[in-house]
Amino acid sequence: MVQQFKKKSNMENSINLTLKVWRQNGPKEKGRFETYQVSNISTDSSFLEMLDVLNEQLINEGKEPVAFDHDCREGICGMCSLYINGHPHGPDDRVTTCQLHMRNFNDGDTITIEPWRSAGFPVIKDLIVDRQAFDKIIAAGGYVSVNTGGVPDANAMPISKADADEAMDAASCIGCGACVAACKNGSAMLFVSAKVSQLALLPQGKVEAARRAKNMVSKMDELGFGNCTNTGACEVECPKGISLANIARLNREFIKAKAQD
Amino acid sequence: MSNFFGSSIGKKFLMSITGLFLVTFLLVHLSLNALLLVPDGGELFNAAAHFMATNPLIKLMEPVLGLGFLVHIIYASILTLQNQKARGNDRYASGNNTKNVAWASKNMYVLGAVILAFLVVHIANFWVKMKITGDSLLGHTHITVAGVETQVENAYALVNGTFGMLWVVIVYAIGSLGLAYHLTHGFWSAFQTFGLSNSIWRKRWTVIGTVFAWFVGIGFTLIAVLQYLFFQG
Repeated sequence: MVQQFKKKSNMENSINLTLKVWRQNGPKEKGRFETYQVSNISTDSSFLEMLDVLNEQLINEGKEPVAFDHDCREGICGMCSLYINGHPHGPDDRVTTCQLHMRNFNDGDTITIEPWRSAGFPVIKDLIVDRQAFDKIIAAGGYVSVNTGGVPDANAMPISKADADEAMDAASCIGCGACVAACKNGSAMLFVSAKVSQLALLPQGKVEAARRAKNMVSKMDELGFGNCTNTGACEVECPKGISLANIARLNREFIKAKAQD
Repeated sequence: MSNFFGSSIGKKFLMSITGLFLVTFLLVHLSLNALLLVPDGGELFNAAAHFMATNPLIKLMEPVLGLGFLVHIIYASILTLQNQKARGNDRYASGNNTKNVAWASKNMYVLGAVILAFLVVHIANFWVKMKITGDSLLGHTHITVAGVETQVENAYALVNGTFGMLWVVIVYAIGSLGLAYHLTHGFWSAFQTFGLSNSIWRKRWTVIGTVFAWFVGIGFTLIAVLQYLFFQG
């Protein structure tokens, strides 16, 4: 163990990179790529820390820093985005950009950094896109409005382990929008299906399941997101590994709800 | 069911149901084509063709089949246009490097266009000649239907003559290949859209769909190739 640790720390390295970054002054402005050089980037640093280094450098040069979204930097808030070298959240699997480490890149690499591209997520500035559409979809029904009363006894409402696990897996969606960014149709089905599933699987959520599925899908369509063609790119790129099985469940819930109308 | 077919899921539901309907048609078509390989000078095939041309239920299904194609094509176009709009005007400069995404799933509309192009040739080759213009190869022949000798069109001679041309066989092979790829995604995708899938059934539908797709694709191609190689003259 000690040896392994030593070996790893010996591998600590620093790399020099060329960055091609999308710069756009405002929503209506025309954007373009700018090329920057960053050097002595520790391979142990995160992608966002690397961008912090770039921004320090730009500020010192009297230039405007690159605008990008971030908050917790722990991979749980869903705030960071970035389309890196052809992948939402970069080339590593099951991680958000803030948890993507520079050891995934090699010295001398050129990294292309773009904002999410979708009609549903217009660019606000540089790498920041407007993801309020997701909030609007949640507001359309992604909650439980029944009065559940006081805290019930832990065993008063039996829920199977399988259902609890599936609901928990669906609930791990952080709403970052990588699914939309990866989808060739700009579809938000993986996000909506996760939000519908996490509630539809549990007794408290089942009460409003039909209304929720209808309202959230209707809002999603209204906001201009595309139609799912089941390619599965969303599932592959999702930093939380949300499964396509949720989309099947959403389809089921929606068809069932509409049949009852 | 208010506005169901106006919603994204409703439109895909229509795609799936018409798609699966067309799949059942393919099965009927393929089993009839298999009769082309019976070495009886086409007697059985002609009897089957006569049945298909005269049976009232089949006659009734013919416009339904046409409608199935039409709905499938129209909704595919609507959905594809909407999806391109939803993608926005800007494309990723670094492309799309997502791994493990089936090629067919990203090119369903293109594959559909290949099948449609093939269908035009196919209909001109057979359906138009049999139903509208007629053809010298279609001269009459006699078969026994329920113990009675009946005069029927020699559909076998037309098919056999058409499959005697190499370019036709090549066009059929390309059309079948497009169809097979289309089905590798379309089959499981239909069940996913109906909501009849989960982590376990997704694998099952994919396997069933892939086997079915290649069975149909290779089946149609093989019959044409065998007709070209061994049933001429």
